Order: sequence, then structure tokens, then C-alpha cells
Amino acid sequence: MQIEEIKKRLSSKTVGIAGCGGLGSNCAVAMARVGIGRLIIVDFDVIVESNLNRQYFFFDQIGQKKVFALAENIRRINPLTTVTPFDLKLGPDEILAVFGGCDLIVEAFDQAEMKEMIVETVSLSLPSIPLIVGNGMAGLGKSNQLRVEKLSENLFVCGDGCSEISAEQPPLAPRVGIVANMQANMALQILLGNKNQEEL
Amino acid sequence: MKITLNNRIEYFDEDGLTFEELFLIKKFSFKMLVTKLNGQLVKKEDRGTTQIHEGDDVTVLHLVSGG
Repeated sequence: MQIEEIKKRLSSKTVGIAGCGGLGSNCAVAMARVGIGRLIIVDFDVIVESNLNRQYFFFDQIGQKKVFALAENIRRINPLTTVTPFDLKLGPDEILAVFGGCDLIVEAFDQAEMKEMIVETVSLSLPSIPLIVGNGMAGLGKSNQLRVEKLSENLFVCGDGCSEISAEQPPLAPRVGIVANMQANMALQILLGNKNQEEL
Repeated sequence: MKITLNNRIEYFDEDGLTFEELFLIKKFSFKMLVTKLNGQLVKKEDRGTTQIHEGDDVTVLHLVSGG
């Protein structure tokens, strides 16, 4: 497919991004670069210096709300992508209200409890919307263990499935960025019409 | 029984295992889990009673922190 055809098809699509940290900020930027029509980005957090080791923000944005800083960064990259930021903490009710009209949802939380909550909520209440989860990307090396798997009709999981963050195994730009871009790549594949496990 | 567990074929001696029995056999001790049976979500409180049968497609997603 040629780039103009890709951009044309993506320009009518809306992607919801749940969380604007390491996964969400990098995934959102990748989606904007390829010409997604609209991004709905949600986070309640503020940028701190330690975020800059992996998140798509700049030193002079420390102290700003992540959703508004990310909306500004995306506007500078591709002003044709419409960004709708929500400064709030997502629970089941908010997920339905904010992401109910999306073509696809990217899970980009950091806490396992929140990941579990969104997978359950979307599986139960928005089963026709594909959900792409990031699961297991802390530490360094082991690039070949990062993978994409289709677990059920609309549930896709990117990551190694086991590397949890800890003091000894912090989240770092390379592996987090790989998984964020795997999520964006899977999103592209789905939005352009292919959900086959064989072609992941 | 023969089932698909996370896209892989697996065999168990007994038909009709519950999710919790499956976790014991597989030595799964994860805290954060999402479980599905033939694509439908199985809630936490139903894992002790929902049975798995021959030919079923079972999903057990273990979630870890980081992002």
C-alpha cells in the first residue's frame, strides 16, 4: 500500500490511548506520524524529570500535565492529527464514556491492576473494539523476547509477558519504545484491515 | 481433554476442570489475571465454578506492571 493510500485510510480513524507515559506517549507520536485522523489521549499525571528516560516529553515540559504537553508535541509533529486530551483517571465508567466511539484502543498504563481493569472492561462492555495491551518490557536487552500475540478476537498483547518493573529492573527507553511501537504497528495493521494471527 | 491454552494445544487427564483447578495443575500463581473461555470474559469470582471442556479455547493473560 502506498503512503498516500495509508494516510487517506487512517485519516478517518480514531484511536484511544489509555495512559500517556512510556507506552502511550511514544505510541501516540508514532500514530500521528503515519497520519491517524484523531487521537483521544487520557492521563491524570504530571511530567517529572524521571519520566524523560523513556517518555516523549522535553526537559522544559517538567511540571506540565502529560495530556496537554503530549497534545502540543503531536501538534508540532503533525497538525493534521486532531488530538482530544482528557485530564482524568480512567475507571470502567470513564473508559466507556471516553473510548466508546474509537476504532481501536491502546492500553498504556503502568500498573498491572489498571491493565487488568481495562482488559476486563473492554472485553465485557466494548467487545467489538480491538484492544492492544503492553505487557512486560522492563529492563534492557532481550529484544528477541518482545513479541505480539493475538489472544482472542479483539485482544492483542505486545511485550515479553514477564519483565515487571522493580528497583533492579527499571523501565528504559529502548524496550519501552520497542513495545510502544509494536502497539502502534499492530494498530496500523488492524486499522488497515488485517487481524490475522499468522501475519503478526 | 484437548484444549487450546493461549494459542497452544494442551492435554489434561480430566475433562471439566475449573479455571482454578487449571491454575493448580499449571502451577500458575499470578496475582493480576484476565481469563477468557472461547473469547468470553470469565470474571474472577467465576473462576472456581466455570468448567473447561474438550475443544475449548482458553485465555489466561498474566499482567505485569510497567509502561
